[in-house]
Amino acid sequence: MATIFRSYNWSSGQRSDRSAGDRLRHRQKVREAIRNNIADIIAEESIIGKDKNRIIKVPIRGVKEYRFIYGENSPGVGQGGDGEPKPGDVVGQGKDGKSGQQAGDRPGIDYYETDVSLDELIDLMFEDLELPDIERKRLRQIEIERLYRQKGVRRKGIRVRLDRKRTARSRVKRKKASLRRQPSGAPAERFPFHKDDLRYHHTVTDTRNESNAVVLCIMDTSGSMDTMKKYLARSFFFLLYQFICTRYQNVEIVFIAHHTEAREVTEEEFFHKGESGGTFISSGYVKALEIIEERYHPALWNVYVFHCSDGDNFESDNEAALKAAQELTRTANLFGYGEIKPLGSGYYGSSMITFFSQIQEPNFQTVQIQKKEDIWTSFKTFLSKDRAREDAA
Amino acid sequence: MASDYDVADLERWNERILTLVERFGLDPFPQEFEICDYEDMLSYMVYSGMPSHYPHWSFGKSFEKLKTLYEYGISGLPYEMVINSNPSIAYLMHDNSLALQVLTIAHVYGHNDFFKNNFTFRSTRAEYTIETFKGHANRVRQYIEDPSIGLEKVEAILDAAHALSLQCRRNLAIKKPTVAEERQMKLEEAEPPVDPFSAIHRRHQHVQPDLDKVPLYPDEDLLIFVRDHHPQFAEWEKDLLTIVHEQAQYFVPQIETKIMNEGWASFWHKRILDTLELPQKLQLEFIVRHTQVLRPTPGSINPYHVGMKVWEDIEKRWDHPSAEEIEEYGPRKKTGKEKLFEVREVERDTSFLRRYLTEELIRDLNLFEYKARGNEHVVTRVADEDNWRQIKETLIQNVGTGTLPVIKVIDSDYTHNHTLLLKHAHDGRDLQLEYAEKTLKYVHQLWGRDVGLETLLDNRSTLLTFSDGKFAIKKAA
Repeated sequence: MATIFRSYNWSSGQRSDRSAGDRLRHRQKVREAIRNNIADIIAEESIIGKDKNRIIKVPIRGVKEYRFIYGENSPGVGQGGDGEPKPGDVVGQGKDGKSGQQAGDRPGIDYYETDVSLDELIDLMFEDLELPDIERKRLRQIEIERLYRQKGVRRKGIRVRLDRKRTARSRVKRKKASLRRQPSGAPAERFPFHKDDLRYHHTVTDTRNESNAVVLCIMDTSGSMDTMKKYLARSFFFLLYQFICTRYQNVEIVFIAHHTEAREVTEEEFFHKGESGGTFISSGYVKALEIIEERYHPALWNVYVFHCSDGDNFESDNEAALKAAQELTRTANLFGYGEIKPLGSGYYGSSMITFFSQIQEPNFQTVQIQKKEDIWTSFKTFLSKDRAREDAA
Repeated sequence: MASDYDVADLERWNERILTLVERFGLDPFPQEFEICDYEDMLSYMVYSGMPSHYPHWSFGKSFEKLKTLYEYGISGLPYEMVINSNPSIAYLMHDNSLALQVLTIAHVYGHNDFFKNNFTFRSTRAEYTIETFKGHANRVRQYIEDPSIGLEKVEAILDAAHALSLQCRRNLAIKKPTVAEERQMKLEEAEPPVDPFSAIHRRHQHVQPDLDKVPLYPDEDLLIFVRDHHPQFAEWEKDLLTIVHEQAQYFVPQIETKIMNEGWASFWHKRILDTLELPQKLQLEFIVRHTQVLRPTPGSINPYHVGMKVWEDIEKRWDHPSAEEIEEYGPRKKTGKEKLFEVREVERDTSFLRRYLTEELIRDLNLFEYKARGNEHVVTRVADEDNWRQIKETLIQNVGTGTLPVIKVIDSDYTHNHTLLLKHAHDGRDLQLEYAEKTLKYVHQLWGRDVGLETLLDNRSTLLTFSDGKFAIKKAA
């Protein structure tokens, strides 16, 4: 009986990584599962205003492997360690708590989570969304990216760009050709490089036009905006902000908080601080118009304006707000208004959505958010409404 | 890590081990060892040690999982991996030390001998293992590359088939009757029993058995049943079900003999290495490694430890039976070693533990029974006089395929609309409902029509159904 030993292959760099294909497919499935669960993730996980590199644990539902298994009421047998186990002792964790090399004398429940960085999650979320009315006018394309890239070979060039591989190859070609020309003759002893053999990389400069965008986030921070409403508004802004970031390389953001007066605030203040007071929606719009006038000329910038409020505006301000809103729709690429009306918060009678319905401009959008789970769906409709209209046109 | 040996060393040790293997009477297949690194080892673990295996994302998933566990040091890799084939192939990790390799080689011969001689493995046809898996791999790849089929469709079938693959017959040594035989059995059952006093008894009422029912007797091979009774399956779909079923059947004996097999290999590597007269340096490391593998894992069952204890106990009890044992069973007709080899051939985990796990051993192994309470395992019984039998029963329920619910096809035309009716043979353990729902969905996907599963939930008979794309639970009043 001959025993065979096959020794370890050191040149295993060339070894096939046999599970690569299956791993890739698994990862695709994970991504798919995340995308299908985004609405839940956004509703559950407070990702708002968090660091982009933060790792989020995402439960995966799509890639579990199900079988018929026994449930909770099935007893098991274990071995005691040191000392006598007594009835009533807690000896371990169910489900995923098992550890050890030989664990798993019974099929455990397949709990599965994966770590995703926020950045990656955002990518996934916005993969199939498009900015509505993404009108990148030529004048607005300002930033020019310059880079060099290789394109083909040339016979002339500078020394540093010498393509040694091609040069050697063309020498070999010439050598073969010369042999054929003199079939009888013995090959020459030396066959040096010739000027004609030399090949150089050719580079071209590449220019890319990049467009600029500014997002103006306006939020109602009046007293009637309670914690829940603010949370919903912030989540919505957060999505918009992240989304626009993925679409433009150069995005600037302006945060405006308003009650009866408006002021420009930092991101930190915008997302985390609360204020109180009455509501003049127009104040926020006027402030936005001022800022656009001062810093972001619509000829050079793609301007997006979003406003979140509970729609509880001071009656006398409505006319002024409407006027300012119309002004904004003329200036901005897109002006969106989101109204936060949580269920059970009572209906305050006035809804700006009905009032704003007077605005006929196609780049004006309204959306209503009632509960956490609505955020993702309303966000999607917010962006897709416009596309539908474009398709119809 | 620089290795302290080369292949020539391994060959030399292997020679010496083989001599002992023969002297002890072990009877293995010819053995091949392949030395690999840890990534290869991970791959072999994922693909059940097969050099060639069909692709599926679930293998990618387990690879990532194993790799993460290994790299974070949560779990080590097995020192060895050996597959049931003729010749047997085993993988040795290149980074392991010489002592570990020697231990592993001895251990591998234990497994190899067990594969060759235990009755449960007779159905696995070890001489064709490698080729069979290779053939399966080629066929699946061919379907994936076929433009009229493609990855998505193949994956859909495989996903469903994997979920059901272990819903198959467990004792493959019992021949499955053919439909003709089953029909004959039905007819014989309907015959009146032989009655010498027929004159004074009421005449037996003859009931014509319904021979058109499919299946005639409950069928445990779920995939095969669906394959044979689905009217619209294409050949490739049938073939995929066959492949998954055949592979599951190949692994059933290994599931059925986990404790025996690991115990047997550990028992013999210990015996071999003790006889081998290792140099002291190797001897010390061997003791450490051996203890690491054999130490009980508190809270669960270490099959190496439990198995080896039972084997040792059998040998002791047959070589040196106690006075009570002689009184009860008479003098032993076999020596310990003869008994060992007999048991290794004719038992599997359930019967092995039922016959040879004694009260003393249960106490010695410090076994206890636990139940889940919330997310914790709480001890319910300890091995005292009143409870050891129950602990033994629970253990037997949880070894081998006992961890898998028995589910059989009862009827393929339930309520006369081609509903597939399954029945869970309830043994006191309820099904996990979420998993039952999702798995039933797979049955539905394969069957293509309504499916139902009869079971007990909280002692109430319950029908889980999947019809019109919806899952429903109907509890009996």
